[in-house]
Amino acid sequence: MAKVPVQFTLNGSEKAEFIDSGTTLLHALRDKIGDTSPKGGCHQGTCGACSVIVDGELRLSCLTLAETCNGAVIRTTAGLAEGGVLHPLQRAFLDAFATQCGFCTPGMIMAAKVLLDRTPSPSREEVVEALSGNICRCTGYEPIIQAVLSAARSNSQNVA
Amino acid sequence: MALALQTFPTVKDANAALQAAGTRYLGGGTLVVRAANQGDVSVSSLVRATEPSLSAITVSGGKVRLGASVTMAAIARHPELAWLAPAARAVGGPAIRNMASVGGNLFAPAPYGDFAVALLALDASVAAEDGEVPIETFLAGRDASRSIVTSVTFALPRQESFRFLKVSRIKPKGISVLSIAALLERADDGTITSARIGLGCMADRPMRARAAEKALLGCRLTRGEIAPALAVANEGIAPITDPVASAWYRAEVLPVHLGRLLLA
Ligand SMILES: Cc1cc2nc3c(=O)[nH]c(=O)nc-3n(C[C@H](O)[C@H](O)[C@H](O)COP(=O)(O)OP(=O)(O)OC[C@H]3O[C@@H](n4cnc5c(N)ncnc54)[C@H](O)[C@@H]3O)c2cc1C
Ligand code: FES
Ligand code: FES
Repeated sequence: MAKVPVQFTLNGSEKAEFIDSGTTLLHALRDKIGDTSPKGGCHQGTCGACSVIVDGELRLSCLTLAETCNGAVIRTTAGLAEGGVLHPLQRAFLDAFATQCGFCTPGMIMAAKVLLDRTPSPSREEVVEALSGNICRCTGYEPIIQAVLSAARSNSQNVA
Repeated sequence: MALALQTFPTVKDANAALQAAGTRYLGGGTLVVRAANQGDVSVSSLVRATEPSLSAITVSGGKVRLGASVTMAAIARHPELAWLAPAARAVGGPAIRNMASVGGNLFAPAPYGDFAVALLALDASVAAEDGEVPIETFLAGRDASRSIVTSVTFALPRQESFRFLKVSRIKPKGISVLSIAALLERADDGTITSARIGLGCMADRPMRARAAEKALLGCRLTRGEIAPALAVANEGIAPITDPVASAWYRAEVLPVHLGRLLLA
């Protein structure tokens, strides 16, 4: 299989790799670049555990071919903490017990991040809609919804 | 399963590459990459075209043109397509909608293809390099199609004449039990002068409810006057059975939901 070059910005740093043509972004991130924050749950688009942000939009990395992301700006949950300080969403997930086994958490946080980037003070319905492509088998969802609402509140207090 | 992807700047070049055996076009990839992940060995290579017109939405002169690579998310947020947003938002969750394309939805087998149901009610034309065909002709022949769909075009309807409904068991997103789109023109006294109704999950691909369309002509949208149309809503259907619903169930609930859409 021919190797093809891919180059993109991952959490602020430039990455360039040679990958097999047809490699999914999930596979490239985890097994080539070493960012294991996106999780491979179903590889079918149904669980959302592999969610990442590509050029500001939520995407399923298991169904995205890495080559189609050439030149893109990619964000994953691994890049959210700054200087050892957790991102408000990460903090809120811990405080609200919104993470149990943790497998869904990076995908949930990515879905929540694109929501809060566009809608800093979302309604509960908007949070539910934003997380509707992500499955959690542990928490029963309510703590996750509360965590996102609480991160939104703490963001708005910080701005005020 | 190893896939090879070839990217071309023009549809013409991508079309030529698509003729090779085992090659499929890559839209948003939500179905075709999933199939590869699941071990579908019939796909060994993918091609895509990056021509900008494929991603363009144009609304002008009473016409709407959606490039084949336009995503459901782009339609849902387009200011002039707010009336069509419910059909775009019916497709998957937020990440799927950022990827799922108009072109891919035209090929999606039931229970998918919710947006294509809307395009069927809107009497869209489907364009490829070799010309344009009515959506019904396209859907009937899609299994044998070997050329890249470039766009769909339809007349901009009066907003109040288009209605869409998707019924699913999981809220807010879930696979269709069924979906229905209707384009209804009415005279000043409220009687229906023309009706086009698209149904999803009532066959392996979107189909029209022709008998119901005919029965609606001259009716007003009252429970009594639409009853004959609901009585024939099931004519010609062969619903799918899947884990979401059996064919029997889908057939039973179709008239109920069509009634709700018409009386809404
Ligand atoms: C978790 C999940 C949930 C989903 N939920 C829904 C739903 O609720 N409703 C729904 O309708 N669908 C749903 N889908 C199915 C799918 O996402 C959509 O139908 C989508 O519109 C398919 O588009 P795509 O661009 O991703 O297609 P792709 O996967 O890229 O392509 C699908 C097929 O169409 C062909 N194709 C694509 N574009 C073209 C073109 N321009 N010219 C020629 N051939 C082309 C491909 O070769 C392939 O055979 C879901 C899928 C997943 C994984
Ligand atoms: S691994 Fe991508 S959606 Fe489940
Ligand atoms: S915390 Fe276990 S799947 Fe969500």
